[in-house]
Amino acid sequence: MSDNSEFLKILSDKVAGVKIVPTPPGEPSAMVDRDSIHEALDHLRYDRDLLFDMLVDLFAVDYAGEEPRFEVVYILRSTKNNARIVVKTRTGDEGIETASDLWQAANFLEREIYDMFGLPFANHPDLRRIYNPDDFEGYPLRKEFPLEGKDFDKPFVVDLEKA
Amino acid sequence: MAESKYMTINMGPQHPATHGVLRVVLELDGETIVSSTPDIGYLHRGIEKIFENRTYWQGQPLTDRLDYTSGMSNNLAYCLAVEKLLGIEIPKRAQYIRVMLSELQRIAAHLLWVSTHALDMGAMTVLFYGFRERESCLKVLEKVSGARLMPDYIRFGGLREELPEGFLKEAKAFIDDLPRRIDEYETLLTENVIWKRRLKDVCPLSAEDAIGYGVTGPVLRASGVNYDVRKAYPYTSYEDFDFEIPLGTAGDIYDRYLVRLKEMRQSVRIVDQAIQKLPDGPIKADAPEYVPPEKTDVSKDMAALIRHFKIMADGIKPPKGEAYASIESSKGELGFYIVSDGSEKPYRVRIRPPSFLNLGSVSKMIEGSLVADVVAAIGSIDIVLGEIDK
Repeated sequence: MSDNSEFLKILSDKVAGVKIVPTPPGEPSAMVDRDSIHEALDHLRYDRDLLFDMLVDLFAVDYAGEEPRFEVVYILRSTKNNARIVVKTRTGDEGIETASDLWQAANFLEREIYDMFGLPFANHPDLRRIYNPDDFEGYPLRKEFPLEGKDFDKPFVVDLEKA
Repeated sequence: MAESKYMTINMGPQHPATHGVLRVVLELDGETIVSSTPDIGYLHRGIEKIFENRTYWQGQPLTDRLDYTSGMSNNLAYCLAVEKLLGIEIPKRAQYIRVMLSELQRIAAHLLWVSTHALDMGAMTVLFYGFRERESCLKVLEKVSGARLMPDYIRFGGLREELPEGFLKEAKAFIDDLPRRIDEYETLLTENVIWKRRLKDVCPLSAEDAIGYGVTGPVLRASGVNYDVRKAYPYTSYEDFDFEIPLGTAGDIYDRYLVRLKEMRQSVRIVDQAIQKLPDGPIKADAPEYVPPEKTDVSKDMAALIRHFKIMADGIKPPKGEAYASIESSKGELGFYIVSDGSEKPYRVRIRPPSFLNLGSVSKMIEGSLVADVVAAIGSIDIVLGEIDK
């Protein structure tokens, strides 16, 4: 992997609220304040020195018990510079602004985060659940969501009287 | 409901041409598609959630069940991410075997694609030809792992066991025969007038759109973008091998077909080199904390037996940290991002499924084309719903 520290440096010079944090065992990543995430991503996408034109991946991690609770992680790639960097932000239940105006790929990926973690993305064009049905209750990848239903170990019996 | 001049029709989820359980809602103006909405999740098993509740070892077989047409590649991607967390170095012999197996798996997956896509387009004969070779390829893969689709052979720290006797000979016989067979498919399809009319200039994707949608793999390269993880971020000693990245120009379905056929020929080259250059040596990393001993030692040596039980029962505990590792699977960039909190279970496993992002571009691709082309477009991106729905 090519050295990404110069890109992180450019980003932190241009946008306020960007910290370069170590991410062992790999290379450092950028931690951006929740309020400046869209501005930072916009710089990453269009700045002449950066040009990260591909959103490789976008997902969330639930650090239950910490404040703010969720970490949203962007993995970006620049075709021109052949570079890959990781950008992160922290948010609570209120969610963050969408990145789907910068990369079309964010459309599906943000819907997945919304489905799995319940994080809303402001200004998203089509924010619906993607895997689960629309009337599904709960957010499966939150830590408090159980792995098994409460009647998991009981046999399934159809009550013919009621049916 | 408001009166609309467009007709809405529903394609799938039980439509044979959607390769699984994909539903697409199409809005039509006559025969032309105005807009479309893919609907997925019919095969959702919550694999990411299951990962968080299993040890690293128990997570391994789950990866086979993502893209069930290329199990070896999925194993490899997961192992690379875990090995990055553990910081262990894999012996060269194991790396070369990994390369060999994942290229054979790519050939098997591409053969499946050529066959079924031709069938979707109405050319039935290719299916019989393609499945004949896929069968011999799967037999070779079956020899090493004992399973045709769910190998679970590439394990972190190296490989499950040494290659069986006669494997290299069989693999060599298969790849020596394959180029001739690919020529056969080409005589059936490449210059076929019906095939060309059906695929040329149909549902093209510009390079800019492909990058914006995060499309990877043969679909991206057919649009002329030179991005292959094997070259951009070489893993498992791919830098030792001599091969080319086939590129398309128009980005239409015909180019995707050509790119995949050329990729198979390149895979043949890589496997051939791997067989020739295969070094001797151990197949497991020297990291007794994390890697279980050889099975033959376990039945003879008491200390090895204890170590085996310790690793299998307690699980391994990678140091705190996070790692992203990605490979070029037959569909595109398959990545695993693993967050470890220092316990025996991963805190979070994120799977970057290439088909999921490739599917995101379908709506753009089919906008303005005909209903019959939807089948061609969905087939051309080679989706596997097991991977999309996770």
